[in-house]
Amino acid sequence: MTEDILIAEGLTKHFPVLGGFPFRRRVGAVQAVDGIDLTVRAGESFGLVGESGCGKSTTGRLLTRLLEPTAGRIHYRGRDITHATRKELAPVRSEIQMIFQDPYASLNPRQTVGRIVSGPMEINGIDPPGGRTARARELLETVGLNPEHYNRFPHEFSGGQRQRIGIARALALDPKVIVADEPVSALDVSIQAQVVNLLARLRRELGIAFVFIAHDLAVVRHFSQRVAVMYLGKIVEEGPRDDIYHRPRHPYTHALLSAVPDPDGDGGPVRERIRLAGDVPSPVQPPSGCRFRTRCWKARDVCAEVEPVLARADGSGPGHVSACHFPEPPTVERATEVILDPALDPSSPAGD
Amino acid sequence: MTTVEQAALTGRSPGELTWRRFRRDRAGVASAVVVAFFFLVALAAPLISAVYGKDPTTTYGLDEPGLLNTYGYPVAPNGGISGRFWFGIEPTLGRDVLTQLVHGIRTSLLIATAATVLCVLTGVAIGVTAGYAGGRTDYLLGRFIDLLLAFPSQLSFIAFTPVVYALFVTPGKETPTYLRVVTLILVLWVLGWMGLARLLRGQVLSLREREFVEAAKVTGASPWRIITRELLPNLWTPILVQATLMLPSMVTIEAGLSFIGVGILEPTPDWGRMFANGAHYYESDITYIFFPGVAMIVFVVAFNLLGDSVRDAFDPRTTR
Repeated sequence: MTEDILIAEGLTKHFPVLGGFPFRRRVGAVQAVDGIDLTVRAGESFGLVGESGCGKSTTGRLLTRLLEPTAGRIHYRGRDITHATRKELAPVRSEIQMIFQDPYASLNPRQTVGRIVSGPMEINGIDPPGGRTARARELLETVGLNPEHYNRFPHEFSGGQRQRIGIARALALDPKVIVADEPVSALDVSIQAQVVNLLARLRRELGIAFVFIAHDLAVVRHFSQRVAVMYLGKIVEEGPRDDIYHRPRHPYTHALLSAVPDPDGDGGPVRERIRLAGDVPSPVQPPSGCRFRTRCWKARDVCAEVEPVLARADGSGPGHVSACHFPEPPTVERATEVILDPALDPSSPAGD
Repeated sequence: MTTVEQAALTGRSPGELTWRRFRRDRAGVASAVVVAFFFLVALAAPLISAVYGKDPTTTYGLDEPGLLNTYGYPVAPNGGISGRFWFGIEPTLGRDVLTQLVHGIRTSLLIATAATVLCVLTGVAIGVTAGYAGGRTDYLLGRFIDLLLAFPSQLSFIAFTPVVYALFVTPGKETPTYLRVVTLILVLWVLGWMGLARLLRGQVLSLREREFVEAAKVTGASPWRIITRELLPNLWTPILVQATLMLPSMVTIEAGLSFIGVGILEPTPDWGRMFANGAHYYESDITYIFFPGVAMIVFVVAFNLLGDSVRDAFDPRTTR
């Protein structure tokens, strides 16, 4: 059994909404992340998926302590780092690193690549054998860049190369966990595969655990062994990759999966089609009970009254939990299509 | 790998690129030369008057008969321009205009440069603090900036300068010249830094949300390191541009104060006061106001063009 190195319990982040005149005061809160539990095991890749605005990135920033949690606990190797200050965090800092989404914003345009990569070592007073420069060159080589590019500036690189520089910077401190916040979504599809394969190689060879945040289900499927699906600040389903992709139970997971194009077209079992209508509700006033009920085709009265808990549903495999009162059958096949969006309904005159 | 390829791999920093762009801008280089010339003149003022053989305080016209007529105007045509007095002599007192101008530029540039440096330092400190700290600090500093910006600056300069003099020197006593200089710098400083501070606050607000700042935080960087290593290098552009635009306006404000009579007093030579004197005599002796006037116009125009060129060099996307 591998060690659980990063554990979050009831992790919550509410951003205050300020308003009023003449003195601004708190008039509400954006409940970006609302009580999520997750566990990252050593050396594994934990995927976090969901649509835009569901709190994935906030979760990542809470785990790296860029944001201060409103409630809940974060443990790293048995050590409570929920509210640790910068100084208290110093020994843990080097072990939890982050890769950012936008390779154009995540590198300081006024620093050379060498300074960007050796900066973390300088801050933490790490003197690797052979010196920081040699180590930085080695890291550049590890991520597939020419070490001779040491003295160049970020503006001289392409998006994919910049993302590699960002990865080299994250590796500079020999981390045990890397939170990758949509590391490939800003890149061309052809480059995405290269970067994901690089991350997969680093995970295998260096034994680094990843929290891999993405909205692209195909990328997560390729990279992660365990996957959690987020919706409006909560985890609605979590489990081993194959369970999530082949035997999902939560209606939202079904809807997400049905939106992924099938690249094979191999004439296998016909996959279900679910087309949701409307937008994600406002996180300032999330729906009562189950947060997905406003867009769910199975919602009943109980969904508005009782909030479903993450639990193993009948017929789910071990470690596969979902938060739904009426779980779907564990398959991605479906006899009838679920089409809630009137624009897509073939029977309505508006559709085509 | 050959050495040629090795050399090709050294990257150009954004600073080098800026310098290259600036060197290609002819107007910018020309105005830089003009501005440098003025600073050189100001620095070398004592040297110039030593080589030229005159000083700004001797009343040549009064000491030597034949230079001024009975009404106090220069006898020689064009304000008394001659091989001896290159820019002519001053009416009434008969002092040498060239040395007066050179020393006047020295006084004005000293005050303007000192005030600009102080304003830039204050603006950077307060603007970056407000932007980076955010929250209550930002709110209080922002309201303080608003308060100071609400002062009508020209009127405040005129009203406050004598008040500050009175703080330092008991009324009735003579104010020493160095104190006048210090007071002018102080007054220009107190009401001059807000624009830059406000601009930098906005820049920092947008910069601190950028992911490279978060990346530095994740590696455990201290706020001081983030400000000095990550933020400030990205703020040099607005700081330099604002400073090059601020200095000529400081020169004109200082000249304006001396013109009105609350700035530098006789006998210390001052650029602005030469206008005030020249304005008395321009109907009979236009030459006297001509040289300081042309010098001031050339200086301010050159410095403003330099500011524009600096901005263009830093940000090639801006179009005029």
